[in-house]
Amino acid sequence: MLVVIVGGISIGVVFLLGCVGEILTEKSGHLNLGIPGIMCMGAAGGCYTTSLYINSLPTADSASWLVLVLVAVLGATITGALGGLIYAVLTVSLRANQNVTGLALTTFGAGFAQFVMDTYVDRTRFSAASKIIRYSIIGNADWGWFGKIFLGHGILVYLAIAIAVTSAIVLKRTRVGLNLRAVGENPATADATGINVTAYKYGAILTGSAIAGLGGVFYILDYIGGSWENASTIEGLGWLAIALVIFTLWKPDLSILGSFLFGMLYIASSGITGVSFNVMKLLKLLPYVVTVIVLIVTSILDSKENQPPASLGLNYFREER
Amino acid sequence: MANKIVNEPLFHIAKRGNLPLWKAILIRGGAIVGAILFSAILCGIVFGKNPIKIIGYLFDGILGTERRIWLLIRDTALLLGVGLALVPAFKMKFWNLGGNGQILMGALIAVAIMRSNIGKNNVLVANILMLIGSMAIGAIWAAIPAIFKAFFKTNESLFTLMMNYIASGIVAYFLSVWSVNGTGVLGQVKTGHLPVVLNAHLLTIIVVAVLTAIMHVYMKHCKQGYELSVVGESENTAKYIGVNVKKVIIRTLAISGAICGIIGLLLAGSIDHSINEQTANNMGFTAIMVAWLAKFNPLMMILSSLLIAFLTRGMGQVQTECNIANDAVANLVVGIVYFIIIGCEFFISYQLKFKKGKNSKESSNKSKQKTVKERD
Repeated sequence: MLVVIVGGISIGVVFLLGCVGEILTEKSGHLNLGIPGIMCMGAAGGCYTTSLYINSLPTADSASWLVLVLVAVLGATITGALGGLIYAVLTVSLRANQNVTGLALTTFGAGFAQFVMDTYVDRTRFSAASKIIRYSIIGNADWGWFGKIFLGHGILVYLAIAIAVTSAIVLKRTRVGLNLRAVGENPATADATGINVTAYKYGAILTGSAIAGLGGVFYILDYIGGSWENASTIEGLGWLAIALVIFTLWKPDLSILGSFLFGMLYIASSGITGVSFNVMKLLKLLPYVVTVIVLIVTSILDSKENQPPASLGLNYFREER
Repeated sequence: MANKIVNEPLFHIAKRGNLPLWKAILIRGGAIVGAILFSAILCGIVFGKNPIKIIGYLFDGILGTERRIWLLIRDTALLLGVGLALVPAFKMKFWNLGGNGQILMGALIAVAIMRSNIGKNNVLVANILMLIGSMAIGAIWAAIPAIFKAFFKTNESLFTLMMNYIASGIVAYFLSVWSVNGTGVLGQVKTGHLPVVLNAHLLTIIVVAVLTAIMHVYMKHCKQGYELSVVGESENTAKYIGVNVKKVIIRTLAISGAICGIIGLLLAGSIDHSINEQTANNMGFTAIMVAWLAKFNPLMMILSSLLIAFLTRGMGQVQTECNIANDAVANLVVGIVYFIIIGCEFFISYQLKFKKGKNSKESSNKSKQKTVKERD
């Protein structure tokens, strides 16, 4: 049980970052189906900068914790934001169809990540790098189950929670958040009150993509311990993160709980012992089935408060009435 | 007052009237050629080769041998087939992102029948059962999200997306049950194949050609095709003219899924004779691009699917020549081409009107006159 909880929190962070990124994007009225691709890009970008840094040192152990974390975070967020920029230029400025652009971005992002990882990233020291990034605040001290669940994670887990909480506060309590929500609900009205719609859309998409990109690098350098198979794993996690947005009713604070729950479901099949290999394959379906059930339940309940932004998926053109 | 400085933007965007067809074709064609050249130069830089050579590989990959030409046409047909499945759903503004899952389930049923006793003893009966089974399971897989969409307005894009993963999980389960010593890999199934017409590729091409004709007629000359496009434009209008919206949504998606099931059947029964979790090869997503590029016109989709099959196969050859093991570069390049084509649509529906300092009034008048002329 403890293994499932701790592991669930760990993989849940990938969902959390992807989900918060998508929530910010959707609040501006843009459904970004490119988030899975952006997470792949973020992973590749973060890994690239990390490999540059760690391979420039004489030994892997001499890497500084702070620099390593910074390098990985910056690499991932900048690459993620670049992916978001492609999406924003196409959908905000050029008013392209959001679904089509998003899917194209996912194709591109997966290819980009695979290519960069295979060609430019030297992963020989990644397991060492991962150990440093995972270094927990309590070190090796024994705090029992409490320590394992709440204190035993690397810094990126707490950073992700901080990002989610900050996003929730900004959206709910600040003028910027209010304006952003106005843009997502009704851009024409927001425009009439003097809000710069384009700037808000770009800002939300780029910030959201940067956060999602961080989720990608977290998966590689923290969760999986520095190994890399192919981009499709991250892509799959990215789709779940998008589904989680609906599960958590477009609320970043709720998404913290939601994503940890999702994470536990995701790894539940490995925590359950005593079932056959074949049944395990079916247990892997659990998170997807639960997502579907949640989708159905939320749509049946259909409460006015828990709805997507009204203009989600529609591009805004000022001269159109 | 007269000296007041007005800060006018450099340009503003206006919606175009009807762009003459040749201009639209020119813009799109230019974008495609530009995108391919751009990708060739990019590959040239990355691999340290001459871009002209890259373009050479690109064409060699699709026209080099007779087999490659057949494969190109077959891949075009497969993509077109999935695209056809998506057309009615998208016309209805139902985002069916579940093509992959529907294909996989169709293929799964086909393989199950192929390796059963019926497949071993009576090929004809097996083939008929495979056709019915694949279409039925594809239809069910697409109708489940449709039913919930129709009754509860459940978000269909995410629902269908999740159905993809559920389908691939079910396939993984059966693979581990069927395969010897739990390797999860199924070899070639020797029995119950679909009939071979001339070679391994022609059957697929014929089936999709027939489907294209049927879909064209269905969308253009059939009452059901009309109904679903009305539902897509406005559900209320559809209600007022007496269309049963719920029925149309579910029926349309069942058709969409059944066609995906047929593609799965062709993949399993005629092409691969086996199945794995990647059998659908992401065609459910790629076909969205095919359908959207052709503005959901089944006949135009022949061209758009040819373009994408050409790029994917051609880039595959480029990768082989440049010693890259996986399809990363193909995805990368196809992605870039998508971006450029998606972006160019803007210049078809909108135009930029530039303003130049003092003469702003005159120039805007001129451009107005110009647009009037263009419309004539």
